[in-house]
Amino acid sequence: MSSPLRREDVAYVAKLARLTLSEAQLDLFTEQLGQVLEHANDMNALDLDDVVPTAHPFGLVNVVRDDEVRPSLDHDKVMAMAPDAQDGRFAVPRILGEAP
Amino acid sequence: MNSAEQIARDVQSGSMSATSVLEMSLDAIRARNEELNVFLYVDEEGALEAATKIDARVANGENVGPLAGVPVALKDNLCQDGIPTTCSSKILEGWRPPYNATVVDRLLAAGAVPVGKTNLDEFAMGSSTENSAFGPTRNPLNPSRVPGGSSGGSAAAVAADMTPLALGSDTGGSIRQPAALCGLVGMKPSYGLVSRYGLVAFASSLDQIGPLTKSVTDAAMLLEAIAGHDVLDSTSLPEPAPSLVAHVNDGVAGKRIGLVRELVDGADEDVVASVERAVEALREAGATIVELSVPEFRLGLSAYYLIAPAEASSNLARFDGVRYGLRVNEGDVTAMMEATRTAGFGEEVKRRIMLGTYALSAGYYDAYYGQALKVRTLTIDAFARAYEQADLLLGATTPSVAFEFGSKTSNPMAMYLSDVFTIPSNLSGEPAISVPFGTGEAGLPTGVQLLGPGRSEAQLFAAARVLEIANG
Repeated sequence: MSSPLRREDVAYVAKLARLTLSEAQLDLFTEQLGQVLEHANDMNALDLDDVVPTAHPFGLVNVVRDDEVRPSLDHDKVMAMAPDAQDGRFAVPRILGEAP
Repeated sequence: MNSAEQIARDVQSGSMSATSVLEMSLDAIRARNEELNVFLYVDEEGALEAATKIDARVANGENVGPLAGVPVALKDNLCQDGIPTTCSSKILEGWRPPYNATVVDRLLAAGAVPVGKTNLDEFAMGSSTENSAFGPTRNPLNPSRVPGGSSGGSAAAVAADMTPLALGSDTGGSIRQPAALCGLVGMKPSYGLVSRYGLVAFASSLDQIGPLTKSVTDAAMLLEAIAGHDVLDSTSLPEPAPSLVAHVNDGVAGKRIGLVRELVDGADEDVVASVERAVEALREAGATIVELSVPEFRLGLSAYYLIAPAEASSNLARFDGVRYGLRVNEGDVTAMMEATRTAGFGEEVKRRIMLGTYALSAGYYDAYYGQALKVRTLTIDAFARAYEQADLLLGATTPSVAFEFGSKTSNPMAMYLSDVFTIPSNLSGEPAISVPFGTGEAGLPTGVQLLGPGRSEAQLFAAARVLEIANG
């Protein structure tokens, strides 16, 4: 698959990634990311239909520890690093609109 | 500065105090840190406290541990309780982790003295340490050249005799490449040998913590101290730390070592010449050299630069201004997150997040990420075939000696090519070591790389030791 990256693709991906790109950055990233994807096209020339993908070198299995109470991170110490906190909870700007 | 081996022996025997060793380390940092920009934070107070305790324990007749009183530098993507940890990113400026990485706990248990946090390419993304939000690190051997990256600060700390030991992390070559460029020993261990708990994640299926040191024995000592199962990392190998130091002088007699064409082709002449001399040294020490071709290694770079950014785009989603680090207040919560990430991440990090998000997005997932995972399988199978013909593999670590500042920053693809020889071992999860061997352009060191199958660290150290002795 050789899809030269379009500027609108880059703008859409920036939105997904929660990044604001300037006009100049959009142009630059369109070109640079296109180069990396072009390099990746050497993989697309291969017939890999029968190859099993590897997402992890050891084939992860879920590891569950014994269900016993153990000390966890100190609550106050963790909250002290929060950009904004209220009543021991992380505070964020409004998520939902005003009640009707 | 003496080797870690020597320091630990002197401190444990009482012939030298941990506090006096620390003072030498701090003096060396004071002398050159401003020029080289190696440490982002030096914990003088904490280090002095640790060293004082060690001296008291020695005076009390206690066995302090294998790294008694040895100063160690930590790459600034490793968490140490209460010590600023930035990943060289503005998005974490001022953050102090509420816990120790497992490797930090194990260093302390072994009697080591952590002295501070070293510069890196932001979130370990880079091969020159030029991507740091806090300025580049200079190569102590030639300050007009890069130290390599992303563990460039850790490499420079050891090369400048600031600390005898440093920890780095290696996702695509980030320990081995700076080790080669700074004339050091650097190892990426088998995936899972060292706990990643407390290492800020870049690409979780590839990241591994490992040692940067001046000697092979020091690297083996450091790895032995930090390796072994950890319940806090579910990808940690379920076995105790292997015995490594005891095997350093095992040699290579009777071993088959595969010289891999794809790990040499494309390297500069001076680097190729060093690899050829390494072949002779190993042969003289009794190894049989087998010439091999592993064409799949050439595909590794393409697969890596989709897999690593894909994992990074997911891992770095956590930096959203809610729980820690920077917050830029703007409008609703989504606007706040976008403003925070836009202000907090540097350009290379944004480039990789973009690349990874694209490779994982609907319509492109199979063509890019899916295809890359299949190439990863091809790489693993190719390694397995190579290990039917050879016990260990040999090649260059990097295509060139340390390069000039700015020579690759405008072309990301040129920078990515610095990792072409180191990436295959990250894809397979197998260990590899870079050992300084010979010199090249401008009298700078060249690195030779030895690669082995999973859990072959002891054999790799033994082969590296043969080269170390031959290098004089």
